[in-house]
Amino acid sequence: MNIGPITVPIELVRIMVAILAFSLFIGLNGVILVWLERKVAGHVQRRPGPYEVGPHGLLQPVADALKLIGKQLFIPKGADKILFWAAPILSFLPVFLLLIPMPFGPKLFALDVDLGLLLILAFAGVNVLAICLAGWSSRNKWSLLGAARAVSQCVAYEIPMLLSLLSVAFMEGTLNLTQIVNQQEPWLWNIVYQPLAFIIFFVCAVAETNRCPFDLPEAESELTAGFHTEYSGMAFSMFMLAEYSYIIVVCCVATAVFLGGWHGPFYPGSWWFLGKVYALILVFMWLRWTYPRVRFDQLLNINWKWLLPLSLLNLFVTAFLVKVL
Amino acid sequence: MNGISQMWKNISGLWSLIVGLKITGKYFVCPQVTVHYPRKTVDNLSTFRGPVELVASDNDPTKPKCIVCLQCAGACPSGCLTVAAKPAPKPTAEEIKAKKEAEAKGEKVKKAAPKELGTFRYDFTLCSLCGTCVDTCPVGSLQFSSDAYLASRNKEDFVYDLLARLADQAKGIKSGSSQSKE
Ligand code: SF4
Ligand code: SF4
Repeated sequence: MNIGPITVPIELVRIMVAILAFSLFIGLNGVILVWLERKVAGHVQRRPGPYEVGPHGLLQPVADALKLIGKQLFIPKGADKILFWAAPILSFLPVFLLLIPMPFGPKLFALDVDLGLLLILAFAGVNVLAICLAGWSSRNKWSLLGAARAVSQCVAYEIPMLLSLLSVAFMEGTLNLTQIVNQQEPWLWNIVYQPLAFIIFFVCAVAETNRCPFDLPEAESELTAGFHTEYSGMAFSMFMLAEYSYIIVVCCVATAVFLGGWHGPFYPGSWWFLGKVYALILVFMWLRWTYPRVRFDQLLNINWKWLLPLSLLNLFVTAFLVKVL
Repeated sequence: MNGISQMWKNISGLWSLIVGLKITGKYFVCPQVTVHYPRKTVDNLSTFRGPVELVASDNDPTKPKCIVCLQCAGACPSGCLTVAAKPAPKPTAEEIKAKKEAEAKGEKVKKAAPKELGTFRYDFTLCSLCGTCVDTCPVGSLQFSSDAYLASRNKEDFVYDLLARLADQAKGIKSGSSQSKE
């Protein structure tokens, strides 16, 4: 593309437009998901949830956001200033990168990345670093404990997650998300061939996004708020927005890899993709308001004693079948 | 063998996860039980312990049963109640006459009480709704009201003159702090 005397590669334009669109998408999603989460929580407990601001409380997240913007940004005495402010930004920024290879529709994606799955898995780890920095720099024992938990949890759960995705990659012979979706049939999605991998992936996704019942890094009843205890105002909302964005990302990956992406029995298109993503998010919320938090040793036991061997087994069986058939 | 049975226990335990999801899923679609106050109010307030009020005597709805024994004021652990007597009104000529006639006929006549209730001040801001006063009263002149919807910016609104309240109730006016503001 030519703008005056400068030649701009078309990919760069695509990425710029995509990042703008993603900002909108993420912001809007944050608002909707906060509202949805509180509504689900309310209805599960037979309460109405937010109700007073706007029709059925729809404007409640907007009011909350305004409140958060108006709050003082506070830094504890003796905290590491640079790392303290870097952490929320570092937690939020990779989200854009993670959404770039996501195939929202047959023609609706930012970039067709050959190693899309790898890109996502690689940069999803940055969030762990951000949480670690947040806990370390806050100079607060709860933050530090939360960070320590987050690191051991995320590192542990990344392995079975990777292995479960790898078995699908073996089957499909590609790491390109668009291709993976393309190779799935309208009804016979990968979940039919890889149900165990899907379950492992889903459990790991819950753990990776620090959601209940694996929300140990921010366990309110034990650690006040875990790694973001000392954060207020917009810094806190960055963490929150990042958390919701990561939920979107893992649900998008699950949809693309296991649930056939934009494929559906009729009118295939992006609405199928978004519908599946939101259905998965609803399941996330359902889980959160059903299960109590697990103990830390239980958390690691589930991973090392169950998910890891099972995903390894699944991978070997898949590899064997791919070779034989 | 032990390890296998342990593993089986773990796997069969997964069923409980489904049971949990079923319960919350059911509640999710059930109708809500929250009452949207103030657009709606609850009606089953009969067992609610609201601020204490006086009970009217059987033959005169404006007069309380109270015999001014002051036991309630003494029993209240928080000193909410201020009770004072005033001399009973002088009987009118007709009443004296009627009494004399009755006496002449040999009927038993109740002696008029020398005093009656003058003030009954109740400071709800101090009350812990413990019920000691209600239990103490020898003639059952105190009861819990069912005023659930109490709100005010003014502390004085919760210092009740229970005699005036009883008089209002006799006239059919529902009283309460919210009423007094209007
Ligand atoms: S309920 Fe208890 S605290 Fe209240 S007035 Fe009666 S005795 Fe006092
Ligand atoms: S205890 Fe009963 S009768 Fe005695 S003063 Fe109190 S309310 Fe009146």
